[in-house]
Amino acid sequence: MKRLLAIELQKIWKNRASKILTISYFIILCFIAMIASIKFDIGNFKIHFAEMGIFNFPFIWHFNTYIAASLKFFLAIVIVSMMANEYSYGTLKQNLIDGMSKKEFILSKFLTVVLFAFISTIFVFVMSLILGLCFSSYTEFGIVFSDMQYLVAYFVKLVGFFAFCLFLGVLIKRSAFAVGFLFVWFMGENISHAILKFNLFNRAPWVDEVYNYMPLESMSNLIVEPFTRLNAIKNIQMAVGENSVKDYDIHFSSILIVLVWTAIFIFSSYKIIQKRDL
Amino acid sequence: MESSILSIKNLHKRYGKIHAVNNVSLEIQKGNVYGILGPNGSGKSTTLGIVLNVVNKTSGEYNWFGGSMETHEALKKVGAIIERPNFYPYMTARENLELVCKIKNIDYSKVNEKLDVVGLIDRKDSKFKTFSLGMKQRLAIASALLNDPEILILDEPTNGLDPQGIHQIRDIIRLIASQGTTILLASHLLDEVEKVCSHVLVLRFGQVLYCGTVDGMTNQNGFFELQAESNAQLMLILKNHPEVDQVFEREGKVIAHFRNKFDAWLLNRYLAEKGIYLNHLVFKKMSLEEQFLELTNK
Repeated sequence: MKRLLAIELQKIWKNRASKILTISYFIILCFIAMIASIKFDIGNFKIHFAEMGIFNFPFIWHFNTYIAASLKFFLAIVIVSMMANEYSYGTLKQNLIDGMSKKEFILSKFLTVVLFAFISTIFVFVMSLILGLCFSSYTEFGIVFSDMQYLVAYFVKLVGFFAFCLFLGVLIKRSAFAVGFLFVWFMGENISHAILKFNLFNRAPWVDEVYNYMPLESMSNLIVEPFTRLNAIKNIQMAVGENSVKDYDIHFSSILIVLVWTAIFIFSSYKIIQKRDL
Repeated sequence: MESSILSIKNLHKRYGKIHAVNNVSLEIQKGNVYGILGPNGSGKSTTLGIVLNVVNKTSGEYNWFGGSMETHEALKKVGAIIERPNFYPYMTARENLELVCKIKNIDYSKVNEKLDVVGLIDRKDSKFKTFSLGMKQRLAIASALLNDPEILILDEPTNGLDPQGIHQIRDIIRLIASQGTTILLASHLLDEVEKVCSHVLVLRFGQVLYCGTVDGMTNQNGFFELQAESNAQLMLILKNHPEVDQVFEREGKVIAHFRNKFDAWLLNRYLAEKGIYLNHLVFKKMSLEEQFLELTNK
């Protein structure tokens, strides 16, 4: 396992573009901390995010994982190109000739994906902990370490998403097309969802049910947006008379769906490599 | 003692309607230098691709080292270059070789030594993308030699190189062959094969036309070059000999092909008995090139 990771990390780390993207990803993650300093002053209307409670434990786990997950596209590009490059350089062929098995090849990519997701999770954990300890109103041990399931969900979400990227890289062979296809897939999932739901089946609940099982939808369902959970926003909602009861929890079922997709993507990548004449 | 390195049995590969490899069988013994000959598209690279785990066979079997290990494990003991050198362009020569070491699960101690063998030691910290084709090809050979392989597989190693490049690669191959490494060399350059190989496999349209030693192939059909006072009379007498296949005159010499192997002294005696005394008698082997063209034109 260590050998496979060492091989893959050398491939990524020696590539300047991948290196820069990876480093910028982690730097930009740090900028989440900058949200703390955002202040709006519009006459009497003052917004200071840090004082609105977004950095309160345990809400911070939810908020930070949600925001951090939106940066995953940086690493997605690295992962798609690390796969597509193997095709364009002919090194996939050469690696196999040098004595790597097809299983080891996919496994080394998958381990890298898991490693990226794991480091991101650790990173978000440490950063949130520091931010929280600085700004949170509650710092009791029990409260600080409650709701840790958001970190688990974040990890699973990243692994699932990166596995999807890896699969597209294997399938499409060209990084630009694979990223393009990812975007098309994303649009396709949303547009078809909207058409089915609003035009054809008149908001029938089963449409949502079905779409909960689609890959990108299931990944985005893992962590529900945290904004409407804020007291300030809730107050506004109450004022305009919208009283929605939203479920912000992480569900085991959604984690399971994403894990199943991850398994499908990795397994199909392996099958594609196995079947293809390279 | 000879031991089997690679054995291929009844290998087939179809790409849709095209039968790229048709019933190829081959046995590779330790210590020999094998050449695979064939025109472009005759299935040489496909056959090598199959045994190197990058192309899927349609049917048939092959096994490495007597079948004692899985293909990808066996490939760690094989050095192979296919068509063009494949490396990571953004890594230096040394880094690329270190990556191969990681894949083959060996330490880095051989990297400098092999770079030295192919004459790239001065450029070891240059990025691969800055290399010329000849240097890339030499790096590929260094990479294939990293693990001191049991067998070296070279697919068109001199393709696209300039004369110096071809010469350098050939010298390296000869050096490796002289150290007793088994080599499998696919090429359509015949003199290349004739010069370095002991055994040869001729392919056309995916089928094996000949498989055996180079000598066996060139000896099989030798011919006599003869000249006498009267060539016309000589030809007349030769045509009456039951063993003679064909006789014709070329550039003032009579060329006689025999059906089977025929000794020069027998011919000489036969002609003398018939009252013909020769000015010129040479037994000529067909060159590999003539032999190859004859085989593949049938």
